[in-house]
Amino acid sequence: MKQQEIEKVKEYKYGFSTDIESIRAPKGLNEEVIKFISNIKKEPKWMLDWRLKAFYRLKNIKEPNWQKPKYPKINYQDLYYYSAPKSSQGKPKSLDEVDPKLLETYAKLGIPLKEQEKLSGVAVDAVFDSVSVATTFKDKLTEKGIIFCPISEAIQKHPELVKKYLGSVIPITDHYFATLNSAVFTDGSFVYIPEGVRCPMELSTYFRINASETGQFERTLIIADKGSYVSYLEGCTAPMRDENQLHAANVELIALDDAEIKYSTVQNWYPGDENGKGGIYNFVTKRGVCRGKNSKISWTQVETGSAITWKYPSCILQGDNSVGEFYSIAITNNHQKADTGTKMIHLGKNTKSKIISKGISAGKADNTYRGLVDIRRKAINSRNYTQCDSLLMGNKCGAHTIPYIKNKNSSSIVEHEATTSKINEEQLYYCNQRGLNQEEAVGLIVNGFCKEVLQQLPMEFAVEAQKLVGISLEGSVG
Amino acid sequence: MLEIKNLQASINNKAILKGLNLTIKPGELHAMMGPNGSGKSTLANVLSGKNGYEISGELNFKGEDLKKIPVDERARKGIFLAFQYPLEIPGVNTNIFLKTSLNAIRKSKGEKELDTLAFLKLVREKSSELGIDEKTLSRQLNVGFSGGEKKKNEILQMKILDPNFSILDETDSGLDIDALKIVAKGVNSSRDSKKSFLVITHYQRLLDYIKPDFVHVLSDGKIIKTGCGELAEELEKTGYKKLN
Repeated sequence: MKQQEIEKVKEYKYGFSTDIESIRAPKGLNEEVIKFISNIKKEPKWMLDWRLKAFYRLKNIKEPNWQKPKYPKINYQDLYYYSAPKSSQGKPKSLDEVDPKLLETYAKLGIPLKEQEKLSGVAVDAVFDSVSVATTFKDKLTEKGIIFCPISEAIQKHPELVKKYLGSVIPITDHYFATLNSAVFTDGSFVYIPEGVRCPMELSTYFRINASETGQFERTLIIADKGSYVSYLEGCTAPMRDENQLHAANVELIALDDAEIKYSTVQNWYPGDENGKGGIYNFVTKRGVCRGKNSKISWTQVETGSAITWKYPSCILQGDNSVGEFYSIAITNNHQKADTGTKMIHLGKNTKSKIISKGISAGKADNTYRGLVDIRRKAINSRNYTQCDSLLMGNKCGAHTIPYIKNKNSSSIVEHEATTSKINEEQLYYCNQRGLNQEEAVGLIVNGFCKEVLQQLPMEFAVEAQKLVGISLEGSVG
Repeated sequence: MLEIKNLQASINNKAILKGLNLTIKPGELHAMMGPNGSGKSTLANVLSGKNGYEISGELNFKGEDLKKIPVDERARKGIFLAFQYPLEIPGVNTNIFLKTSLNAIRKSKGEKELDTLAFLKLVREKSSELGIDEKTLSRQLNVGFSGGEKKKNEILQMKILDPNFSILDETDSGLDIDALKIVAKGVNSSRDSKKSFLVITHYQRLLDYIKPDFVHVLSDGKIIKTGCGELAEELEKTGYKKLN
């Protein structure tokens, strides 16, 4: 490797690609490709029809363009919509049958699937391009009646659940990228927690984009039945490529009476190089509905990667006394852009929502918090508390806060606090004087700034996330 | 330990230190006194390596030219500055900050890093020695600390990091008598034949508790008088004006 390349790898340590033979759908977006995907996944006819319905809809709608970060037009006919390692065709039944090359890839990413199964208490579903390649701890979960499997498997084995809930939170008509995902989604995780069950371990999905010119369209569906609890975490990485790659996922969460879902994301897609070349377009629709009374959905996201992050994990607070939370850290460096936030739709009585957003901008990056708090007429005695803090590093970056607040009844209370600050030279000096170098000092100060959000992450991932926060800002202070 | 010859320092083209000479040997404690604006804090900043100053003259620490060494490296070489106004760092636990700091210093010396248990033991030992409530250390760094708590915290940090050369920049300002005694205790209990101190102060009061080997009077960027402990008492009576 040339010195320059070595430097590059140091910056984004997940930037390698795995040389593995793959099966691809023909390039382009058309009915044939959708049939190809549905066929290769051995889907029932209702699923294909559902996809086609979305596809026809897609023809009549346009991409939204109200977001702050603009991007060059995407040629949807120039993408591959399905790519899978050839070895995954025969569907491995246990980890021993998984292609060693894939296991090696995940080990390199810090997710040693085999050891993980023995050592840590985290069940992992590993998604490689368009397919799930391995799911750990299946047996242990099955004992409790928990279903944790690739969504393609759920479509075959649990059609009644999938039919009932898929698209019930994000309808196929929702918006361009959600509709696109509905037509071409390839894999993702499916979780069902039965009534009264507290999931005994963290569930985790690790998404990896490997193939070039490929979009990743994953679909995740999590259902927490009455009185159940689950904590779920997703992580994402991709190789460094000069082209921009599209990641348009849909995630739907459903919490029934007294159920709680905690959903955490550590997103570290390839952000592009320091000149803004390449990187992932992370255009994701995440939405949860607190359908039952006293239910709770909590989103935590640590967004450090991607060239453009454009997402608003949201909560529809339908059940009375339901609670929605959104904790976010969005870090943008170099030429990265983020337009992210949440929507809290209060429908039920006594519903509560809390939004804590920490935006950090460095280099020439641009970071926007955009959020909607919508308290409807019948949502009496509801409450929202929003806190948006922005931290700027250097003088070439931007931070913006765009809160939309609607309150249609007089018994509800909405609070919004926002601050924007620059990283303080004196604080850096103080840390330096105690022997910390510039990067350690920045890492420490920024981690302090993000503390309220980092605290929300499951323990197993909090340490990783803290390191990631430091690494993402390396070289950002002169 | 420290050798300063003809040190000149300016900031934004304004000259502040104008040819300062000072030699501090291992084991010595020097007090630096002087009126407001005489350059005392600038001296502390320049010694610690703060950015933004134009510097000329000689500045040697243990035989090395300090001018080329950045702040964090100077700290790892054993220079400690107790800040006049310690900074607040929200969200950062004081213990974690101190542990990170201590381990950065230990690592550069080739010593083994302390794990959490060993670190907490050290903290407990040092804070009880000084009579500081160790609970302050589980709070966010200096956030919501009173003036006195901040200063005591600086001294505790000094005790834990165990530097060879400590600079106290008006650590005694604004302290009540109990806090002042803690600061003095922190310094006195650290003194040995290898460690040196530069104590910057406005008042003679602190020197009732800390006995300096030398007292200097800084005025308009230069040391205009040097003496032993009695000089401070004299100044207390006569003020700085007479010296000019």
